[in-house]
Amino acid sequence: MATKKIVPPAVGAATVEAPAGQASEATRPAMKKITIHHVSRIEGHARITIKLDGAGKVADTQFHVTQIRGFEKFTEGRPYYEMPSITSRICGICPISHELASSKACDAIMAVRIPDTAAKLRELVHMAQFVQSHALSFFHLSAPDLLLGFDFDPAKRNIAGLLEEHPDALRDGIALRKFGQTVIERLARERIHPSWAVPGGVNEPLDPQAREKTLAEWPTAMAIVKRTLELWKKTVDSYPNEIDSFSNFPTMYCGLVGPDGSLRLYDGNLRFVDSDGSMIADQVKPDDYAAYIGEATLSDSYLKAPYYKPVGFDGGIYRVGPLARLNVADRCGTPEADAELAEYRARFGTGAAHRIVQSGFHYHYARLIEATYAMERMHQLLDDPAILGAKVRAHAGVNNLEGVGIIEAPRGTLIHNYKVNDDGAMTWANLIVATGHNNLAMGRGIRQVAERFVDGNHIQEGALNRVSAIVRAYDPCLSCSTHALGTVPLVLELHGPDGALLDEIRTE
Amino acid sequence: MTEKVKVRIDGEVIAATAGQTILEVARANDKYIPALCYMEGLSAVGACRLCMVEVAGVARLLPACTTPVQEGLSVNTTSPQLHSYRKIALELLLVERNHTCAVCVSSGHCELQSLAQEHGVTHVRYPYNYPKLGVDTTHPRYVLDHNRCILCSRCVRTCAEIEGAHVWDVAGRGIQSRLVSELQRPWGEATSCTSCGKCVQACPTGAMAEKGWGVEEMTKRRTVVSRLSSMREGM
Repeated sequence: MATKKIVPPAVGAATVEAPAGQASEATRPAMKKITIHHVSRIEGHARITIKLDGAGKVADTQFHVTQIRGFEKFTEGRPYYEMPSITSRICGICPISHELASSKACDAIMAVRIPDTAAKLRELVHMAQFVQSHALSFFHLSAPDLLLGFDFDPAKRNIAGLLEEHPDALRDGIALRKFGQTVIERLARERIHPSWAVPGGVNEPLDPQAREKTLAEWPTAMAIVKRTLELWKKTVDSYPNEIDSFSNFPTMYCGLVGPDGSLRLYDGNLRFVDSDGSMIADQVKPDDYAAYIGEATLSDSYLKAPYYKPVGFDGGIYRVGPLARLNVADRCGTPEADAELAEYRARFGTGAAHRIVQSGFHYHYARLIEATYAMERMHQLLDDPAILGAKVRAHAGVNNLEGVGIIEAPRGTLIHNYKVNDDGAMTWANLIVATGHNNLAMGRGIRQVAERFVDGNHIQEGALNRVSAIVRAYDPCLSCSTHALGTVPLVLELHGPDGALLDEIRTE
Repeated sequence: MTEKVKVRIDGEVIAATAGQTILEVARANDKYIPALCYMEGLSAVGACRLCMVEVAGVARLLPACTTPVQEGLSVNTTSPQLHSYRKIALELLLVERNHTCAVCVSSGHCELQSLAQEHGVTHVRYPYNYPKLGVDTTHPRYVLDHNRCILCSRCVRTCAEIEGAHVWDVAGRGIQSRLVSELQRPWGEATSCTSCGKCVQACPTGAMAEKGWGVEEMTKRRTVVSRLSSMREGM
């Protein structure tokens, strides 16, 4: 079996293989298969397979998530009030998201309305998490592609290369993430896996000094967000081909909105809009999510594929996350983010009202607008006198046998649904995580990018990097979505018609 | 009746009363010996093997909590060998069941955890047992998680000796030993339980906890049992 390594380890190992006995040019196989083992700069483990036809054109693509964890199963029997801390261990990037969604599901089991101050504090820590997570996605994971270029020397297309070429941008990214993490630490005592959010509220009121310090640091962090947004607004036009082909297809979109249709990240009801912006379902209560969202199991991935139930599997493809949230919401609700949203829609929106931005490439742009919103919302919350209230926790036992908690995690809609027995022991759990919702769209996006950039006769590393980059645009957290273990590798495979491995990219 | 004796602990001559254990004398004189199953005010059982000490003239190690002092006894409470044995005992406690501090209600307030930290248990050298164990959530106010139980039997003795209810016992043998309430009835159905909660306060780990507390939130009032016991003795 002829194996040719064509990509340096910075991106991963890709191999193109011809079936045994058919290695010569004259007897070229009718079909080939490329595998990107370990998609790099994402959270979790994944593999991409690209099948090529005899002419070297893309015949099929598959996105395999190769990790499994099983939180839904092994939490059976645990007391429900331990769930926020157990499920926050699903992820080290956004433990806060799981902790909050889980706490909300527990609030529902206790049938309590948490104190106003507690709700505001939870939203505040959530905003800090949005800032740090969006900074991580944009700067640490995607900036090497976006600022250095998809075809940049793969050995340097990483954070070290960024340090050489764009030291100021990298410094901004690190400072912004640090700001978000520091705010989390001030509120919740720990940056990663804090146990501050609890069923019924939070377990400690806000220290007035933490409020003062955060307000003092806020202008510097806000300046970084603005600077980055300006930089990206100038840069985005240099990627017409990527905009055109990175998941640029019509889907439905899903996200939380407030009663007035504005963007909501911590609390709200679900809204689904169609590819043209028309309303499909609005103000869906979290408890009713299962009537709208179904989950299909795929044979070639550990990641389930949620779909919009009224339409059915496969056809009911919808997206979540920054792009979807800005498509779903009527407005952000904070002045600077609303101004940015208007400009973003004017530039890239489709349809009569320029309401819907369709290309998955614009997840990056949307992410920066959301970072602006999160910063503004953080300031609003800190300015609210109620934020320093002392009543932050409601106590209660089991008053409902089932509870649903939904929030918008940085990567999209996060659903925790628990059932308990009369004694409060977990009997069943269902977690639908942002990356899961996007599974079908990522799969289709990979196909679109591969068709556009991958030529089986002349496989370019830059082309395969774009295939990985479409996955990165969604900023998937595969560890979360399969509730699985792992760091960041992804695998891309190219297979021949007989299934022989022709090429693969592997990031260790 | 109270015969005075002189003993030597770590070289220091100390006056003690015959009948006191090495551990009692040591603690009364600010000499530190680690222990998990011992609790002041309860009978001593010598189960955890952490209070093992070296006694001059005795070839084997002796548990300080059950060994009475006698005239001229000379005890060594610390040595590299003792440290090593105590560390092994702690590691074996950790591998026996499923101690996951990261998601435990008692993390930060756990005697097993703090002793492990104190003895430098950064990892364990033995394979984990990973037994499949349940959680008894049937009591309206308290919860028992067998995953975190180290079978120290402090709850058993507290219930029997202080509360006088004797709800708890240890059933089975060896690695199959399990804490049981009222002949294996679920805790919530144990008619002899007075729901006083002293067993929960006596538990050194997160095995017994009050319901509703999240990770790191379960702090215990350890002195409750000792105080009640001393009041009873009129001390």
